[in-house]
Amino acid sequence: MILRTTTTLIAFILFGFSIYLFLAGHSAPGGGFIGGLMTSAAILLMFMAYGHRAVTTILPINYRLLISIGLFIAVLTSVGSFLFGEPFLSQTFEYFYVPVLGEKELATALLFDLGVYFTVIGVSMTIILTIADDR
Amino acid sequence: MSNLAVLPIVIPLISSIILAFFHKKLPLVRSVAKLVSIINLFVVGFIITYVYNNGPVVLESGGWDAPFGIILVADMLSMTLVLTTNIIAVAAVFYAQHSLSQKQEEFYFYTFFLLLIAGVSGAFITGDLFNLFVFFEVLLMASYALIVLGGEKVQLRESLKYILINLFSSMLFVTTIAFLYSVVGTINMAQIAQRVQEVDQQGVLTTIGILLFFVFGTKAALFPLYYWLPKPYIVPNPVVSALFGALLTKVGIYSILRVFTLIFGHNPSFTHNFFIWIAGLTLVFGVIGALSTNNIKLIIAYNIIPAVGFMLMGIGVFNEASISGTVYYLVHDMIIKAVLFLIVGAIAYLAGTSDLRKMKGLIHHYPLLGWLLFVSGIVLAGIPPFSGFIGKLLLLQGAFSEGEIIIAIVGLLCSLLILTSVMRIFIRGFWGERDDSLTVHKKTARKLTIPIAFLLCFSILLGVGAELFYPSGASIANYLLNPEIYIEAVLKE
Repeated sequence: MILRTTTTLIAFILFGFSIYLFLAGHSAPGGGFIGGLMTSAAILLMFMAYGHRAVTTILPINYRLLISIGLFIAVLTSVGSFLFGEPFLSQTFEYFYVPVLGEKELATALLFDLGVYFTVIGVSMTIILTIADDR
Repeated sequence: MSNLAVLPIVIPLISSIILAFFHKKLPLVRSVAKLVSIINLFVVGFIITYVYNNGPVVLESGGWDAPFGIILVADMLSMTLVLTTNIIAVAAVFYAQHSLSQKQEEFYFYTFFLLLIAGVSGAFITGDLFNLFVFFEVLLMASYALIVLGGEKVQLRESLKYILINLFSSMLFVTTIAFLYSVVGTINMAQIAQRVQEVDQQGVLTTIGILLFFVFGTKAALFPLYYWLPKPYIVPNPVVSALFGALLTKVGIYSILRVFTLIFGHNPSFTHNFFIWIAGLTLVFGVIGALSTNNIKLIIAYNIIPAVGFMLMGIGVFNEASISGTVYYLVHDMIIKAVLFLIVGAIAYLAGTSDLRKMKGLIHHYPLLGWLLFVSGIVLAGIPPFSGFIGKLLLLQGAFSEGEIIIAIVGLLCSLLILTSVMRIFIRGFWGERDDSLTVHKKTARKLTIPIAFLLCFSILLGVGAELFYPSGASIANYLLNPEIYIEAVLKE
């Protein structure tokens, strides 16, 4: 009971913190890897508190597919530079006006990080859930 | 145009990811994998003609200048090996469908297969020592998955040994790179080479070189470090064994070739004499292993070891003839080992056993397979019109001109014993009376034979068309003996 109540609170704080870490990676400690690990820690906490069936109905995600999606995003952003005649893995950035937040620098490195983020979540959740389901 | 250098890595990488999305739809997965392998072969063929005409392609990834970013260098040596890798990949992907069970294929076989190809191509192309480590890990991770795919008891046992030894050598690799980085302050191979040259490889640098040699020697199965190789190589499916036998040890030997011609070439009286000793012992012990067993798969697995010994002998002798012999032998051996593993895989499947004492008279049922084994046996041993001959001839020529008589004689004797070990399979398994108790699978045999024949054609072409290939082998040797060309191409001074 205590675990479940605190989980509802903590899991959301963890989610929020992991997304902060993911977005802060460019100019502060953080990035796709640690962000992905924190997110899977949050999901794992929910699994521990509510059990397997409840969480899979709330979050119907195929984590193995998530690995492929993450890798696909990462490779596509690196290959995307081919279209502009730039060397493989070239990054670019631009300043955009985002509503509410104001002038922000958006770099394609963030998309690569998004790929890493998804892959890390997919890998860690696949490992844990495969071992947990094993009977 | 510099993006050409990354295509042999990116094409298999992307397609392996795409195949992971629909791994259960086998007809689609198979046809996509076949198509991608063939496209990749043609792309690599195009790149190699481009490199042949215009010199090495250097890709500075991310647009960062040479010593600061990761460099990919597609020169003639690496592209020749990538081309050979892709020829083997095409044969393997056509063989896989008939030798794997449906369940194995569904469980991401083609994804891991293409990742292995991407890792091997990356290890050949990279120009950065730490990136070489990363690509080693990419190909090793894929190989861990492939070796255990199927989950039989014997596979689990042997994969444990395989993973332990490879983890250990990877750790040693990282430690050695750390040593080297603390001494020279860079991990770009061209800049390391330049800095080692400046101090004439004094002090601790030779020690680091020997440490690197032991790392690559573990991967390549050289004399004191070969004990892990034979058993893990025979437990997975034949097509996986063929990929391992053809590619993995050769990545190790390529790394030795690259590192000891480019970086640590300034103290040959110590390092290269040491190599000749190791090469001689590798030859002898590998051949003894190949003669000691009646398991046909194990015979071929042991045969990898003397072949690696021959190549190391060429690196140890270190003159133009021997280096071009090593390159020639490397390409020849990649193809012929794949052929032999695929053949013994087919024999073991068709005869229902891999024990030589339990089979006889297979030539009555499978004449084509028998003659393919015969031809590949004499190609392996180096009988004149075939490709093994030219490589060995160059190696021996190099050894005699340097006065290394003993190693040359050891090499010759070992060739004889290699021939004996393979011909034993032919004589004991294929000759003899017709065995009517055998259930005959003519149709499967034909399907398994086509990729083998395809590969063997390349092997024969390499031998018969030696005049065509010899000049490029010699120019690669010349290029390797003058590391300044590489350094200038990368650092652009």
